[in-house]
Amino acid sequence: MLTFTLRRLLLAIPTLLFISLVIFLLVDLAPGSPMSEIPLTVPPEVRQKMIEAMGADQPVLVRYVLWLRQFFWVEPATLIDGWFGTSLAGGEQRILSWQTRSPVFTMIGQRIPQTITVVGTAYLLGVMIALPIGIYSAYRQYSLFDQAGTLFAMIGFSVPTFFTGTLLIIVFSVWLGWFPTKYDTTLSVTDWNSFVQQIRQMALPVLTLALANAAAISRYMRSSMLDNMGQDYVRTARAKGMSERTVVLKHVLRNSLIPVVTVIALGIPAIFGGAIITENLFGVNGIGAALILAIHANDLPTVQTLAFIFAVLIVVFNLIADILYGLLDPRIRYD
Amino acid sequence: MTDAPAAPAPRPRSQSRAIWDQFRTHKGALFGLIVLCLLVLFVVIGPLVWQPEKLRVAEALKVRNLGPSWRFPLGTDQLGRDMLYRMMQAGKVSLAVGFIAMMIAIVVGTTIGVLAGYFRRLDGPLMRLTDMFLALPLVPLLLVLVMLFRDRIAGYLGPEMGAFVLIVFAIGITSWMQAARIVRGEVLALREREYVLAARSIGAAPRRIIFRHILPNVISPVMVAATLGVAEAIITESVLSFLGLGFPPDFPTWGRLLNDGLQYMQLYPERMLWPGLAISLTVLAVNYIGDGLRDALDPRIRGR
Repeated sequence: MLTFTLRRLLLAIPTLLFISLVIFLLVDLAPGSPMSEIPLTVPPEVRQKMIEAMGADQPVLVRYVLWLRQFFWVEPATLIDGWFGTSLAGGEQRILSWQTRSPVFTMIGQRIPQTITVVGTAYLLGVMIALPIGIYSAYRQYSLFDQAGTLFAMIGFSVPTFFTGTLLIIVFSVWLGWFPTKYDTTLSVTDWNSFVQQIRQMALPVLTLALANAAAISRYMRSSMLDNMGQDYVRTARAKGMSERTVVLKHVLRNSLIPVVTVIALGIPAIFGGAIITENLFGVNGIGAALILAIHANDLPTVQTLAFIFAVLIVVFNLIADILYGLLDPRIRYD
Repeated sequence: MTDAPAAPAPRPRSQSRAIWDQFRTHKGALFGLIVLCLLVLFVVIGPLVWQPEKLRVAEALKVRNLGPSWRFPLGTDQLGRDMLYRMMQAGKVSLAVGFIAMMIAIVVGTTIGVLAGYFRRLDGPLMRLTDMFLALPLVPLLLVLVMLFRDRIAGYLGPEMGAFVLIVFAIGITSWMQAARIVRGEVLALREREYVLAARSIGAAPRRIIFRHILPNVISPVMVAATLGVAEAIITESVLSFLGLGFPPDFPTWGRLLNDGLQYMQLYPERMLWPGLAISLTVLAVNYIGDGLRDALDPRIRGR
């Protein structure tokens, strides 16, 4: 298991390097040098430091390494300094946003809790809806319930989240007035009332994302259950006289969950990407909204950093999924 | 070697006939095909049949934000433009983006898949490349691509054509990975078949083997991937337009119309309902067709 994990970890490094190179080159090769686009409002000495930190007059490869250094050494070091009061970073130039002229990572640190609250709840809810649907659809294959589930999944696949989101807004906030249209980021939960308010404003974005995810996951759950239902060990369990409940929920479900758990882990980065739309639609002040804001403001460092963070999320969760699969299914480890 | 009179076998059905027969049994797929045909007719024939009168600015100002009527079946928008006509125009662009981006993705994906599957030496590097592309954060990357290159390309090709080429190319180049993986898997199995061995042993060049013996046999999975690719591309384009980073406002797509309607959501919800419905219906139809094709093209399922 250790070698398996190590091998996967080592494989993730070139992938990350490749992605960082793509993102770096994309912004670097874009028309106009990024250096010439530093807004004039940035004070000249900060501008000089930024140029030096990114090595604007160096060859491409050197600039790339310098960018990596800022991302992988200076930023984590600053974070550790903040926690333990050390001085690892030594006051080196951090990645600055051109919009706010503050470090990009500070902004991300402030925004990421919003994203995680909404996206995390949505994903949990989605999984909780999807698993029972998938299990029962498979158990009663071709029943009315199964067909309804198939239709639900097909619609969930096909209707884009920005449309379900707007529909939900129109129905539940404009017509019925049950929920607010916009997410109020400044709300802090202190008592019962503000808690209820938080739930109410989270309802629509969470529902939008949860429905989209539930569709896909319920399909995986169903097909995985179907694969296992016909296995010999299921017949054995029935022959032993186990109750139907035990057979389905213990024997079949446990084995069927193995691939589904992987799919769930693999879906997490995608949902962060998908949350860009939902965050913009509902005005959640998370990192997805920050990306769009930065793009419209031509704030290249923020764009570069956020895009790379999305990439890191994908690689990390791919890794987690791989390791989970190896952990749950011993056959995978000896590939 | 006698010509014993065999029992008269039933006349064999042609392959396309068999596929169609199987396809027809899938109700969803049939529904999808009909809906897609209607939508294509709507955007291709529609603008020829339905030509709204040309309004001068002063006249257009008077007919802003109208509800549905005989004169404007879907009403007008905030600038007094006929919504039905705009829906047709937008649909043409949306569908064109979907189909062309899919074709780029399929050509790139099939090429890489065949190369990786047939030439063992290329397999490792190409598949690593595919894995790396799969790990790219697509939506953020596309947004960045559009942001950085829109103006530059618009300078060469004009704002409309520039946006079209950029978006189609960007979507195509970031969605070939699934096709590549599927094709590679098929090719790996096919190249061990006897007929490929036979072709090789009579001295056929790799190019001939690939085009003559391998490609025709990977067509079915590629077609299924292509159908699903259309749906994917349409959604991606509408996401870009929805976030305001797609096409310019006077060159609408369904996503763009939805984005425009968003500001007037409270007063005129139907203005975002139509484009949203159009996107959803198209994608739903295409997905169902893909589902039906998968069954119809699989000889193990067909004929049962």
